[in-house]
Amino acid sequence: MTVAKRIIPCLDVNKGRVVKGINFKELKDAGDPVKLAKQYSDEGADELIFLDITAAEEHRETMKDIVKNVASVINIPFTVGGGIKTLEDARNLLLSGADRVSINTAAVVNPELIQELMRIFGKQCIVVALDVKRTFDKKGKYMFSKDGKDYWFEIQIFGGKKATGIDAIEWAKKVETLGAGEILLTSIDTDGTENGYDIELINAICDKINIPVIASGGCGSVDDILKVYKNTQVDAALAASLFHFNKAKLKEVKKYLTENEILVRPL
Amino acid sequence: MVKISIFDYGAGNIFSLKSSLQRNGAEEVSVTNDLDSDSSIDDLDGIVLPGVGNFDPAIISINKCKSGFSKFIEKNTPILGICLGMEMLFEKSEEGKLAGLDIIKGEVLSLPKKLVKIPHIGWNCLEITSKDSKLFEGVPNRSWVYFVHSYYTMPKNSDIITSKSNYGINIPASIEINNIYCTQFHPEKSSTVGEKMIKNFVKICKRSK
Repeated sequence: MTVAKRIIPCLDVNKGRVVKGINFKELKDAGDPVKLAKQYSDEGADELIFLDITAAEEHRETMKDIVKNVASVINIPFTVGGGIKTLEDARNLLLSGADRVSINTAAVVNPELIQELMRIFGKQCIVVALDVKRTFDKKGKYMFSKDGKDYWFEIQIFGGKKATGIDAIEWAKKVETLGAGEILLTSIDTDGTENGYDIELINAICDKINIPVIASGGCGSVDDILKVYKNTQVDAALAASLFHFNKAKLKEVKKYLTENEILVRPL
Repeated sequence: MVKISIFDYGAGNIFSLKSSLQRNGAEEVSVTNDLDSDSSIDDLDGIVLPGVGNFDPAIISINKCKSGFSKFIEKNTPILGICLGMEMLFEKSEEGKLAGLDIIKGEVLSLPKKLVKIPHIGWNCLEITSKDSKLFEGVPNRSWVYFVHSYYTMPKNSDIITSKSNYGINIPASIEINNIYCTQFHPEKSSTVGEKMIKNFVKICKRSK
Protein backbone atom coordinates (compact mmCIF):
# COMPACT_ATOMS: atom_id res chain seq x y z
CA MET A 1 0.00 0.00 0.00
CA THR A 2 1.24 3.48 -0.66
CA VAL A 3 0.03 7.02 -0.97
CA ALA A 4 -3.27 7.49 -2.84
CA LYS A 5 -3.70 9.64 -5.95
CA ARG A 6 -5.44 12.86 -4.97
CA ILE A 7 -8.49 14.55 -6.50
CA ILE A 8 -8.38 18.29 -5.88
CA PRO A 9 -11.23 20.68 -6.69
CA CYS A 10 -9.78 24.11 -7.45
CA LEU A 11 -11.53 27.31 -6.49
CA ASP A 12 -10.38 30.26 -8.59
CA VAL A 13 -11.60 33.31 -6.71
CA ASN A 14 -12.18 36.73 -8.19
CA LYS A 15 -13.69 39.52 -6.08
CA GLY A 16 -15.13 37.09 -3.53
CA ARG A 17 -16.74 34.68 -6.02
CA VAL A 18 -15.58 31.40 -7.48
CA VAL A 19 -15.06 31.81 -11.23
CA LYS A 20 -13.90 29.64 -14.08
CA GLY A 21 -12.17 30.94 -17.20
CA ILE A 22 -11.28 29.50 -20.59
CA ASN A 23 -7.57 29.73 -21.52
CA PHE A 24 -7.27 32.13 -18.57
CA LYS A 25 -9.93 34.49 -20.04
CA GLU A 26 -13.77 34.81 -20.20
CA LEU A 27 -14.58 34.39 -16.51
CA LYS A 28 -17.82 32.60 -15.65
CA ASP A 29 -19.41 32.73 -12.16
CA ALA A 30 -19.41 29.39 -10.32
CA GLY A 31 -20.64 30.21 -6.82
CA ASP A 32 -19.77 31.08 -3.24
CA PRO A 33 -16.27 29.92 -2.13
CA VAL A 34 -17.17 28.94 1.43
CA LYS A 35 -20.28 27.01 0.40
CA LEU A 36 -18.46 25.15 -2.37
CA ALA A 37 -15.44 24.38 -0.17
CA LYS A 38 -17.65 22.85 2.53
CA GLN A 39 -19.57 20.83 -0.05
CA TYR A 40 -16.41 19.40 -1.67
CA SER A 41 -14.84 18.63 1.71
CA ASP A 42 -17.97 16.72 2.78
CA GLU A 43 -18.25 14.93 -0.57
CA GLY A 44 -14.76 13.45 -0.37
CA ALA A 45 -12.27 15.87 -1.93
CA ASP A 46 -8.71 14.99 -0.89
CA GLU A 47 -7.59 18.59 -0.73
CA LEU A 48 -8.70 22.02 -1.89
CA ILE A 49 -6.77 24.69 -3.73
CA PHE A 50 -7.95 28.25 -3.56
CA LEU A 51 -6.34 30.68 -6.00
CA ASP A 52 -6.99 34.40 -5.83
CA ILE A 53 -6.61 34.80 -9.57
CA THR A 54 -6.52 38.56 -9.73
CA ALA A 55 -4.26 39.15 -6.73
CA ALA A 56 -0.95 39.13 -8.57
CA GLU A 57 -1.93 41.50 -11.29
CA GLU A 58 -3.79 43.99 -9.15
CA HIS A 59 -1.18 43.84 -6.39
CA ARG A 60 -3.67 43.33 -3.65
CA GLU A 61 -3.65 41.05 -0.66
CA THR A 62 -5.35 37.67 -0.84
CA MET A 63 -8.77 37.66 0.72
CA LYS A 64 -7.92 36.56 4.22
CA ASP A 65 -11.52 36.52 5.40
CA ILE A 66 -12.59 33.98 2.82
CA VAL A 67 -9.63 31.81 3.75
CA LYS A 68 -10.65 31.99 7.42
CA ASN A 69 -14.25 31.12 6.67
CA VAL A 70 -13.26 28.22 4.45
CA ALA A 71 -10.74 26.86 6.98
CA SER A 72 -13.37 26.99 9.76
CA VAL A 73 -15.72 24.61 7.99
CA ILE A 74 -13.47 22.02 6.31
CA ASN A 75 -11.37 19.16 7.69
CA ILE A 76 -9.12 18.44 4.73
CA PRO A 77 -5.93 20.19 3.59
CA PHE A 78 -6.20 23.56 1.99
CA THR A 79 -3.62 25.30 -0.21
CA VAL A 80 -3.93 29.01 -0.91
CA GLY A 81 -2.25 31.04 -3.64
CA GLY A 82 -2.45 34.35 -5.41
CA GLY A 83 -0.47 37.49 -4.73
CA ILE A 84 2.00 36.05 -2.19
CA LYS A 85 5.13 38.17 -2.42
CA THR A 86 6.75 37.99 1.00
CA LEU A 87 7.25 35.77 4.04
CA GLU A 88 4.72 37.94 5.84
CA ASP A 89 2.08 37.31 3.13
CA ALA A 90 2.64 33.56 3.53
CA ARG A 91 2.51 33.67 7.32
CA ASN A 92 -0.73 35.70 7.24
CA LEU A 93 -2.36 33.06 5.06
CA LEU A 94 -1.16 30.22 7.30
CA LEU A 95 -2.51 32.10 10.31
CA SER A 96 -5.82 32.50 8.51
CA GLY A 97 -6.15 28.78 7.96
CA ALA A 98 -4.14 27.78 4.90
CA ASP A 99 -2.07 24.62 5.32
CA ARG A 100 0.16 25.30 2.36
CA VAL A 101 0.84 28.32 0.18
CA SER A 102 1.24 28.43 -3.57
CA ILE A 103 3.49 31.00 -5.23
CA ASN A 104 3.76 31.77 -8.91
CA THR A 105 4.67 35.22 -10.29
CA ALA A 106 6.66 36.19 -7.19
CA ALA A 107 8.82 33.07 -7.45
CA VAL A 108 9.76 33.95 -11.04
CA VAL A 109 10.48 37.58 -10.18
CA ASN A 110 12.40 36.63 -7.01
CA PRO A 111 13.44 32.94 -6.93
CA GLU A 112 15.11 33.39 -3.51
CA LEU A 113 11.61 33.72 -2.05
CA ILE A 114 11.20 29.92 -2.44
CA GLN A 115 14.32 29.37 -0.35
CA GLU A 116 13.28 31.88 2.30
CA LEU A 117 9.84 30.29 2.60
CA MET A 118 11.35 26.81 2.78
CA ARG A 119 13.76 27.75 5.59
CA ILE A 120 10.95 28.97 7.82
CA PHE A 121 7.92 26.91 6.89
CA GLY A 122 9.57 23.73 5.59
CA LYS A 123 9.45 22.51 2.00
CA GLN A 124 6.22 20.55 2.49
CA CYS A 125 4.45 23.87 2.93
CA ILE A 126 5.58 25.40 -0.36
CA VAL A 127 3.75 24.77 -3.63
CA VAL A 128 5.20 26.48 -6.70
CA ALA A 129 2.64 27.03 -9.46
CA LEU A 130 3.83 26.90 -13.06
CA ASP A 131 1.62 28.39 -15.79
CA VAL A 132 2.94 26.96 -19.01
CA LYS A 133 2.27 27.60 -22.71
CA ARG A 134 3.75 26.17 -25.90
CA THR A 135 5.91 28.71 -27.75
CA PHE A 136 6.55 28.17 -31.47
CA ASP A 137 9.02 30.96 -32.16
CA LYS A 138 12.45 31.42 -30.59
CA LYS A 139 14.24 28.52 -28.92
CA GLY A 140 13.84 26.92 -25.51
CA LYS A 141 16.29 24.61 -23.78
CA TYR A 142 14.08 21.54 -24.35
CA MET A 143 12.52 21.44 -27.85
CA PHE A 144 9.52 19.33 -28.88
CA SER A 145 8.05 18.63 -32.27
CA LYS A 146 4.61 17.72 -33.60
CA ASP A 147 3.09 17.87 -37.12
CA GLY A 148 6.30 19.39 -38.46
CA LYS A 149 6.23 22.27 -35.99
CA ASP A 150 8.89 22.84 -33.33
CA TYR A 151 8.00 24.28 -29.95
CA TRP A 152 9.03 24.50 -26.31
CA PHE A 153 7.25 25.01 -23.01
CA GLU A 154 7.44 28.57 -21.70
CA ILE A 155 6.61 29.92 -18.23
CA GLN A 156 3.99 32.68 -18.18
CA ILE A 157 3.32 35.03 -15.26
CA PHE A 158 0.73 37.57 -14.11
CA GLY A 159 -2.13 35.13 -14.62
CA GLY A 160 -0.87 33.95 -18.00
CA LYS A 161 -0.59 37.47 -19.40
CA LYS A 162 3.17 37.80 -19.65
CA ALA A 163 5.71 35.50 -21.31
CA THR A 164 9.03 35.18 -19.47
CA GLY A 165 11.39 33.45 -21.91
CA ILE A 166 11.98 30.83 -19.17
CA ASP A 167 11.90 27.16 -20.18
CA ALA A 168 9.34 25.35 -17.97
CA ILE A 169 11.41 22.17 -17.58
CA GLU A 170 14.50 24.16 -16.55
CA TRP A 171 12.38 26.15 -14.12
CA ALA A 172 10.79 23.04 -12.59
CA LYS A 173 14.26 21.63 -11.89
CA LYS A 174 15.32 24.92 -10.38
CA VAL A 175 12.32 25.29 -8.06
CA GLU A 176 12.92 21.74 -6.80
CA THR A 177 16.52 22.69 -5.94
CA LEU A 178 15.39 25.90 -4.26
CA GLY A 179 13.06 24.00 -1.94
CA ALA A 180 9.60 23.67 -3.46
CA GLY A 181 7.63 20.78 -1.95
CA GLU A 182 5.23 20.34 -4.84
CA ILE A 183 4.56 21.71 -8.31
CA LEU A 184 1.12 22.82 -9.44
CA LEU A 185 1.45 22.44 -13.18
CA THR A 186 -1.13 24.28 -15.27
CA SER A 187 -1.22 24.09 -19.04
CA ILE A 188 -2.60 27.32 -20.46
CA ASP A 189 -3.04 25.53 -23.79
CA THR A 190 -5.53 23.05 -22.32
CA ASP A 191 -6.99 25.14 -19.46
CA GLY A 192 -10.77 25.48 -19.70
CA THR A 193 -10.95 23.53 -22.96
CA GLU A 194 -12.27 20.39 -21.21
CA ASN A 195 -10.43 18.27 -23.78
CA GLY A 196 -8.18 16.51 -21.29
CA TYR A 197 -4.97 17.24 -19.39
CA ASP A 198 -1.77 18.15 -21.21
CA ILE A 199 -0.17 14.69 -21.07
CA GLU A 200 2.90 15.73 -23.09
CA LEU A 201 3.71 18.62 -20.76
CA ILE A 202 3.05 16.61 -17.59
CA ASN A 203 5.38 13.81 -18.70
CA ALA A 204 8.06 16.29 -19.74
CA ILE A 205 8.06 17.79 -16.23
CA CYS A 206 7.54 14.60 -14.15
CA ASP A 207 10.47 12.91 -15.93
CA LYS A 208 12.88 15.54 -14.70
CA ILE A 209 12.01 16.06 -11.02
CA ASN A 210 11.48 14.04 -7.83
CA ILE A 211 8.86 16.12 -6.00
CA PRO A 212 5.11 15.53 -6.37
CA VAL A 213 3.23 17.24 -9.21
CA ILE A 214 -0.42 18.31 -9.42
CA ALA A 215 -1.82 18.24 -12.97
CA SER A 216 -4.07 21.14 -13.92
CA GLY A 217 -5.83 22.43 -17.00
CA GLY A 218 -8.20 20.68 -19.36
CA CYS A 219 -10.20 18.27 -17.22
CA GLY A 220 -13.66 17.86 -18.75
CA SER A 221 -14.63 14.35 -17.72
CA VAL A 222 -13.95 11.52 -15.28
CA ASP A 223 -12.16 9.76 -18.11
CA ASP A 224 -9.66 12.63 -18.40
CA ILE A 225 -8.63 11.99 -14.79
CA LEU A 226 -8.18 8.28 -15.47
CA LYS A 227 -6.11 9.10 -18.59
CA VAL A 228 -3.78 11.42 -16.71
CA TYR A 229 -3.16 8.74 -14.05
CA LYS A 230 -2.70 5.93 -16.61
CA ASN A 231 -0.34 7.92 -18.82
CA THR A 232 1.77 9.99 -16.43
CA GLN A 233 3.48 9.76 -13.02
CA VAL A 234 1.48 12.69 -11.67
CA ASP A 235 0.40 12.60 -8.00
CA ALA A 236 -2.75 14.68 -7.97
CA ALA A 237 -5.34 15.85 -10.47
CA LEU A 238 -6.95 19.23 -10.17
CA ALA A 239 -10.36 19.95 -11.62
CA ALA A 240 -12.60 22.99 -11.52
CA SER A 241 -15.49 23.11 -13.98
CA LEU A 242 -16.03 19.33 -13.70
CA PHE A 243 -17.18 19.88 -10.11
CA HIS A 244 -18.39 23.50 -10.20
CA PHE A 245 -20.81 22.81 -13.03
CA ASN A 246 -21.87 19.42 -11.63
CA LYS A 247 -20.59 17.28 -14.47
CA ALA A 248 -19.37 14.71 -11.97
CA LYS A 249 -19.45 14.08 -8.24
CA LEU A 250 -16.33 13.23 -6.27
CA LYS A 251 -17.88 9.91 -5.34
CA GLU A 252 -18.29 8.89 -8.99
CA VAL A 253 -14.74 9.95 -9.82
CA LYS A 254 -13.33 7.81 -7.02
CA LYS A 255 -15.51 4.84 -7.89
CA TYR A 256 -14.46 5.00 -11.54
CA LEU A 257 -10.76 5.29 -10.69
CA THR A 258 -10.96 2.40 -8.21
CA GLU A 259 -12.66 0.20 -10.81
CA ASN A 260 -9.78 1.01 -13.12
CA GLU A 261 -7.13 0.09 -10.57
CA ILE A 262 -6.02 3.57 -9.59
CA LEU A 263 -5.41 3.82 -5.82
CA VAL A 264 -7.56 6.57 -4.30
CA ARG A 265 -8.70 7.26 -0.74
CA PRO A 266 -11.95 5.31 -0.34
CA LEU A 267 -15.00 7.26 0.88
CA MET B 1 -13.87 23.25 30.82
CA VAL B 2 -10.97 21.94 28.75
CA LYS B 3 -8.20 24.44 28.19
CA ILE B 4 -5.68 23.67 25.46
CA SER B 5 -2.83 25.79 24.14
CA ILE B 6 -1.22 25.56 20.72
CA PHE B 7 2.48 26.41 20.76
CA ASP B 8 3.24 28.80 17.90
CA TYR B 9 6.80 28.64 16.56
CA GLY B 10 5.98 31.23 13.97
CA ALA B 11 5.21 28.86 11.14
CA GLY B 12 2.36 26.51 12.08
CA ASN B 13 -1.06 26.15 10.48
CA ILE B 14 -2.49 27.58 13.67
CA PHE B 15 -5.96 28.58 12.56
CA SER B 16 -7.15 25.30 11.07
CA LEU B 17 -5.77 23.42 14.08
CA LYS B 18 -7.54 25.79 16.44
CA SER B 19 -10.82 25.40 14.52
CA SER B 20 -10.49 21.63 14.67
CA LEU B 21 -9.89 21.59 18.45
CA GLN B 22 -12.86 23.91 18.98
CA ARG B 23 -15.14 21.83 16.78
CA ASN B 24 -14.18 18.74 18.74
CA GLY B 25 -14.80 19.69 22.34
CA ALA B 26 -12.03 22.03 23.50
CA GLU B 27 -13.85 24.96 25.10
CA GLU B 28 -10.85 27.23 25.39
CA VAL B 29 -8.04 27.17 22.84
CA SER B 30 -5.21 29.68 23.11
CA VAL B 31 -2.13 30.24 20.98
CA THR B 32 1.14 30.98 22.76
CA ASN B 33 4.82 31.35 21.97
CA ASP B 34 5.81 31.48 25.62
CA LEU B 35 5.31 28.53 27.95
CA ASP B 36 7.28 30.21 30.79
CA SER B 37 5.33 33.26 31.77
CA ASP B 38 2.35 33.77 29.46
CA SER B 39 -0.59 34.14 31.86
CA SER B 40 -2.98 32.47 29.40
CA ILE B 41 -1.23 29.14 29.97
CA ASP B 42 -1.94 28.80 33.70
CA ASP B 43 -3.79 25.56 34.44
CA LEU B 44 -3.49 24.21 30.93
CA ASP B 45 -5.09 20.79 30.35
CA GLY B 46 -3.18 20.06 27.16
CA ILE B 47 -0.55 21.36 24.74
CA VAL B 48 -0.42 20.91 20.98
CA LEU B 49 2.83 21.20 19.05
CA PRO B 50 1.65 21.91 15.50
CA GLY B 51 2.99 20.46 12.32
CA VAL B 52 4.21 23.07 9.88
CA GLY B 53 7.72 24.45 9.96
CA ASN B 54 11.38 23.70 9.76
CA PHE B 55 13.27 21.84 12.52
CA ASP B 56 15.90 24.39 13.64
CA PRO B 57 13.71 27.54 13.77
CA ALA B 58 11.03 25.55 15.65
CA ILE B 59 13.60 24.23 18.17
CA ILE B 60 14.96 27.77 18.70
CA SER B 61 11.51 29.09 19.52
CA ILE B 62 10.62 26.33 21.98
CA ASN B 63 14.06 26.46 23.62
CA LYS B 64 13.28 30.07 24.61
CA CYS B 65 10.77 28.69 27.09
CA LYS B 66 12.28 25.27 27.71
CA SER B 67 11.90 25.35 31.50
CA GLY B 68 8.17 26.09 31.15
CA PHE B 69 7.78 23.26 28.66
CA SER B 70 9.74 20.87 30.93
CA LYS B 71 7.37 21.67 33.80
CA PHE B 72 4.40 20.53 31.71
CA ILE B 73 6.27 17.31 30.84
CA GLU B 74 7.01 16.73 34.56
CA LYS B 75 3.37 17.35 35.45
CA ASN B 76 2.39 14.77 32.81
CA THR B 77 0.18 17.30 30.98
CA PRO B 78 -1.15 15.66 27.79
CA ILE B 79 0.83 16.71 24.71
CA LEU B 80 -0.14 16.20 21.09
CA GLY B 81 2.80 16.51 18.69
CA ILE B 82 1.82 16.65 15.04
CA CYS B 83 4.38 15.98 12.28
CA LEU B 84 7.21 18.46 13.05
CA GLY B 85 5.75 18.66 16.57
CA MET B 86 6.45 14.91 16.83
CA GLU B 87 9.93 15.15 15.30
CA MET B 88 11.01 17.93 17.71
CA LEU B 89 10.61 15.60 20.69
CA PHE B 90 13.44 13.34 19.45
CA GLU B 91 17.20 13.63 20.07
CA LYS B 92 18.12 14.98 16.64
CA SER B 93 16.94 15.34 13.03
CA GLU B 94 18.55 15.18 9.62
CA GLU B 95 16.56 18.31 8.78
CA GLY B 96 18.51 20.47 11.23
CA LYS B 97 21.78 21.00 13.02
CA LEU B 98 20.39 21.76 16.47
CA ALA B 99 19.71 19.18 19.14
CA GLY B 100 16.10 18.09 19.54
CA LEU B 101 14.14 18.24 22.79
CA ASP B 102 15.35 14.73 23.69
CA ILE B 103 12.10 13.67 25.34
CA ILE B 104 11.80 10.57 23.15
CA LYS B 105 14.97 8.55 22.49
CA GLY B 106 15.79 8.11 18.83
CA GLU B 107 16.30 10.21 15.72
CA VAL B 108 14.56 11.76 12.73
CA LEU B 109 15.66 10.64 9.27
CA SER B 110 15.02 11.71 5.69
CA LEU B 111 12.62 9.59 3.65
CA PRO B 112 14.55 7.42 1.12
CA LYS B 113 15.35 9.79 -1.76
CA LYS B 114 15.88 7.15 -4.44
CA LEU B 115 12.77 5.15 -3.65
CA VAL B 116 10.00 7.74 -3.50
CA LYS B 117 9.08 11.31 -4.33
CA ILE B 118 9.80 13.64 -1.43
CA PRO B 119 7.85 15.10 0.36
CA HIS B 120 5.35 12.33 1.04
CA ILE B 121 2.15 14.26 0.34
CA GLY B 122 -1.34 12.83 0.47
CA TRP B 123 -3.60 10.20 1.99
CA ASN B 124 -2.10 6.97 3.20
CA CYS B 125 -3.43 3.96 5.04
CA LEU B 126 -2.82 3.34 8.77
CA GLU B 127 -1.95 -0.04 10.15
CA ILE B 128 -2.82 0.26 13.82
CA THR B 129 -0.37 -1.90 15.79
CA SER B 130 -1.50 -1.14 19.33
CA LYS B 131 -4.92 -2.13 20.59
CA ASP B 132 -4.50 0.05 23.67
CA SER B 133 -3.96 3.36 21.88
CA LYS B 134 -6.01 6.08 23.55
CA LEU B 135 -5.76 8.37 20.55
CA PHE B 136 -7.23 5.69 18.26
CA GLU B 137 -10.18 4.73 20.46
CA GLY B 138 -13.00 4.02 18.01
CA VAL B 139 -10.72 4.52 14.98
CA PRO B 140 -10.91 1.54 12.59
CA ASN B 141 -7.73 -0.18 11.44
CA ARG B 142 -6.78 0.75 7.85
CA SER B 143 -8.21 4.25 8.15
CA TRP B 144 -6.88 6.79 5.65
CA VAL B 145 -5.08 9.87 6.97
CA TYR B 146 -3.27 12.85 5.46
CA PHE B 147 0.52 13.10 5.45
CA VAL B 148 2.77 15.93 4.34
CA HIS B 149 6.39 15.43 5.40
CA SER B 150 9.95 14.77 4.24
CA TYR B 151 11.31 13.17 7.43
CA TYR B 152 10.25 10.29 9.65
CA THR B 153 11.05 9.21 13.19
CA MET B 154 13.02 6.20 14.36
CA PRO B 155 12.36 5.67 18.09
CA LYS B 156 14.87 3.49 19.94
CA ASN B 157 12.03 1.75 21.72
CA SER B 158 9.73 0.43 19.00
CA ASP B 159 7.11 -0.56 21.58
CA ILE B 160 5.90 3.04 21.74
CA ILE B 161 4.78 2.91 18.08
CA THR B 162 0.99 2.63 17.83
CA SER B 163 0.56 2.61 14.04
CA LYS B 164 2.58 2.52 10.85
CA SER B 165 2.19 3.44 7.19
CA ASN B 166 4.09 2.50 4.08
CA TYR B 167 5.74 4.96 1.73
CA GLY B 168 8.53 3.02 0.06
CA ILE B 169 9.48 1.92 3.57
CA ASN B 170 7.43 1.34 6.72
CA ILE B 171 7.30 4.50 8.83
CA PRO B 172 5.92 5.00 12.34
CA ALA B 173 2.66 6.91 11.83
CA SER B 174 1.99 7.46 15.53
CA ILE B 175 3.56 7.08 18.94
CA GLU B 176 2.25 7.10 22.51
CA ILE B 177 4.49 7.36 25.56
CA ASN B 178 3.36 8.45 29.02
CA ASN B 179 0.96 11.27 28.27
CA ILE B 180 2.57 12.23 24.98
CA TYR B 181 0.69 11.49 21.75
CA CYS B 182 2.41 11.95 18.41
CA THR B 183 1.26 11.62 14.83
CA GLN B 184 3.37 11.89 11.68
CA PHE B 185 0.16 12.61 9.77
CA HIS B 186 -2.18 15.55 10.34
CA PRO B 187 -5.33 14.51 12.26
CA GLU B 188 -6.74 18.03 11.90
CA LYS B 189 -6.66 17.53 8.11
CA SER B 190 -7.73 13.89 8.01
CA SER B 191 -11.47 14.33 7.55
CA THR B 192 -13.89 12.65 10.01
CA VAL B 193 -11.44 9.98 11.15
CA GLY B 194 -8.94 12.71 12.09
CA GLU B 195 -11.65 14.62 13.94
CA LYS B 196 -12.25 11.46 15.98
CA MET B 197 -8.58 11.50 17.06
CA ILE B 198 -8.75 15.21 17.96
CA LYS B 199 -11.89 14.44 19.98
CA ASN B 200 -10.02 11.61 21.72
CA PHE B 201 -7.14 13.95 22.60
CA VAL B 202 -9.56 16.49 24.07
CA LYS B 203 -11.10 13.65 26.13
CA ILE B 204 -7.63 12.62 27.33
CA CYS B 205 -7.05 16.23 28.44
CA LYS B 206 -10.39 16.24 30.28
CA ARG B 207 -9.57 12.99 32.09
CA SER B 208 -6.09 14.21 33.08
CA LYS B 209 -7.46 17.31 34.82
